[in-house]
Amino acid sequence: MKRIGLLLATRLAQALFLALGISTLCFFLLRALPGDVAFRIAASRYGLDMVTTAAAEAVRAELNLDLPALRALGHWWVALLRFDLGVSAITGRAVWTELAQQLGHTVQLAVAAVALALAISAPLGVRAGLNPGGRLDTALLAGALLLRAIPPFLLGLLLIIAFALILPLAPAAGHLEQGTLFLPALTLALGLSAPLARIVRDAMAQVSSTPYYAFSRTKGLSEAATFWRHGLRNIAVPVLAYLATQLVFLIEGVVVIETLFAWPGIGHALIHALFGRDVPMIQGVVLVMSLGIVLFNALVDLVCLLLDPRERTV
Amino acid sequence: MTSLAVFRSNRFLVVALLACLLAGCGDSGSGPAGERLLSVSAQWEPSSLDPAISGYVYTRMQIAETLVNADDEGQPLPGLASDWRESGDRLSWHFTLLPGVRFHDGSVLDGAHAAWVLNRARARAGALSGAPIAAITGSGNELIIQLTRPYSLLPALLAHSSTQMLAPASFAPDGSVKAVIGTGPYALVRITPPQSLEVRLSEYWRGPVPAVTAARYLAIGRAESRALIAGSGQADLVFDLDALATERLARETPERLVSATTPRTVILLLDAGHPALSDPRARLALSLAVDRDRIAAAILRDATLAASQLMPPTIADWHDATLPALHRDPAAARALLAELGWQPAADGILVRDGQRFALELRVPSNRPELPVVAAALQEQLRAIGVRIDIVVGNDGDIPLLHHEGTLELALGARNYATLNDPGATLAQDFSHGGGDWGAMNWAETQVAQALQALAAGVDPAQGALLRRRIVGELQRGLPVIPIAWYRQSLAVSERVSGASLDPMQRSYRLDALRWKTREPAR
Repeated sequence: MKRIGLLLATRLAQALFLALGISTLCFFLLRALPGDVAFRIAASRYGLDMVTTAAAEAVRAELNLDLPALRALGHWWVALLRFDLGVSAITGRAVWTELAQQLGHTVQLAVAAVALALAISAPLGVRAGLNPGGRLDTALLAGALLLRAIPPFLLGLLLIIAFALILPLAPAAGHLEQGTLFLPALTLALGLSAPLARIVRDAMAQVSSTPYYAFSRTKGLSEAATFWRHGLRNIAVPVLAYLATQLVFLIEGVVVIETLFAWPGIGHALIHALFGRDVPMIQGVVLVMSLGIVLFNALVDLVCLLLDPRERTV
Repeated sequence: MTSLAVFRSNRFLVVALLACLLAGCGDSGSGPAGERLLSVSAQWEPSSLDPAISGYVYTRMQIAETLVNADDEGQPLPGLASDWRESGDRLSWHFTLLPGVRFHDGSVLDGAHAAWVLNRARARAGALSGAPIAAITGSGNELIIQLTRPYSLLPALLAHSSTQMLAPASFAPDGSVKAVIGTGPYALVRITPPQSLEVRLSEYWRGPVPAVTAARYLAIGRAESRALIAGSGQADLVFDLDALATERLARETPERLVSATTPRTVILLLDAGHPALSDPRARLALSLAVDRDRIAAAILRDATLAASQLMPPTIADWHDATLPALHRDPAAARALLAELGWQPAADGILVRDGQRFALELRVPSNRPELPVVAAALQEQLRAIGVRIDIVVGNDGDIPLLHHEGTLELALGARNYATLNDPGATLAQDFSHGGGDWGAMNWAETQVAQALQALAAGVDPAQGALLRRRIVGELQRGLPVIPIAWYRQSLAVSERVSGASLDPMQRSYRLDALRWKTREPAR
């Protein structure tokens, strides 16, 4: 329990520093971007055809965009301490309201992608690990290299062509119809499962060559019983630890995939906020994403502690 | 037991998961038993409920209406106002509202509320913010708009989506919009900003009952995704197709494609006060260097879109077929520039008084074809000795640099139907030395005077004369150089018929659609 408490305290401190650090860095990066913010926001609000100097100046006055940088940063910090992320410069809705709505869609997509990635990579990796150097192992290596080398955007397009145009099994994009989650989740899952299958394979190969694994067979346990009792838990620890490091891939993928598949999540919102120079939304999304990484890492650490008794006694 | 057998259960898991993803996630979207749902996809996102921001999505989906409608050329037609008249001194307009029009919540539209909505719109960015309006009042079925000077374009402005009529219950006490409750055939039943919305036939709709009684709208930002949705037949109507998707559809299933030329033109904006461009012969030389046919054929995939003048023939009021067409003649261009004292240097770039003919071309990134058109122009202008440096930048750069007076050249895709009547947009762009999307430091006064006279109001015959004069002067003076027109395309599924495109892009015309088959709801 003491170790769990220490872990949570460390992660909480990390989260606090990250929140302040990331939002400050983001603030200065956005200020350094070329172009006039008021014109960008006016273009996103009213459409480029309706952007005039008068409209841009009205936006500048309404959003107080002439405020000196340090004063604006001060306002942002004070608001952050009150858990107030402000109001979207484009839509006028509270950033928290927007994020709450979008985060649900992104979590749905991410959970489906991770579940699908595990469902694909775990059986294949275990089989390859039980017979290292076999045909499946070689094919898996080639497949993993290929899938990892294809950018998610291209992979998504290929999957749409395959599963929406050639074999009309799933909708091409959107979020309203049945099965719309399938293709974006599969695109992310294939990218994730490529290295994951290799990790599972290596872990399985390593575990299956240990004396305790050989002894469990010698004492008469079946192959399945040996795996479930002595293999699964040992494989799970490195796989989970690796998944934590892959969260960044997942976030990067979500940004691209949500835009391609018109999935109304947080990645899609980030792209739009960046194009529209919607500073409160960008800062809110970046904050939520970075805190999400800390939270996910904390969860993975906790699960690893629960799975691996050796860790708890260190 | 083999290792495969160990994972027999995992295979079931995979199958179950796939089945869940395929079937269980997302809504079916189907309506009540027997009701068919029309699926519409387009580029534009309903990011806000405010008419000034996303109002055009609500008018296109026929949720909200405006006092005035517009025909295919942008000319005013009765909308929620059945008729209107100008006072004798031409400083006030009286609009008569249709009697008994009900919003989707059952409340009745009256003059007092219409005046409140328009006053609210006037205080925000939008069509009315720049109009010479002194006061808007209303009572009963009457609405009165008082002006500071005669202004005949007022009805066209009242057809703009930022002036759409929403019910009193749509607004919060602070004037913000909390719900879109309109008067159109379809009532908004659900919205997921910025991606989708669903509508159903309003029980208070006063017109004929349309065949389509329920529809959903999905905003798809990426052109590739829209093309794939059109190809897969996932949506019944897919708007805003790019040139490649349009070309493929026209080749493979032409019966599913609907196209219309829109009053949007790719123009080369320029600083007519720049030392190298101040002489009209220099601007004519640039125009003569442009190979519009090849740009239209290779980039926009339609050679008929090469702009012979500013407006396409479909905007008949603003297209003069008797004008000599803009064309390509590099030899004439070189001769004109030589007349102006430009001589080629060793690298082929023209030089005069030690100054090279080199200009910076700003290109916004909002339309994927524009940087490609810019690259073609760069090469075509280099052939006559003009060096162009392309700067691809933010969408708002052009009005900003225009305003600051630092713009040399810019490429834009100007929509002359922004305020429905092209005359209203032209008045913004070419009056008083120019506007943010039009002329810059252009000293010509005839066009400004003609536009002012048109805006103030003239009889139809005189109006036609003035329009012809404006179009002719723009062609002769070239304060902006037209490059290509635009065609918008719509992919229609095999389930529906009767689809058409509104060149003014005010409506998706869902109420005119018919179901072709008797298939059950999807």
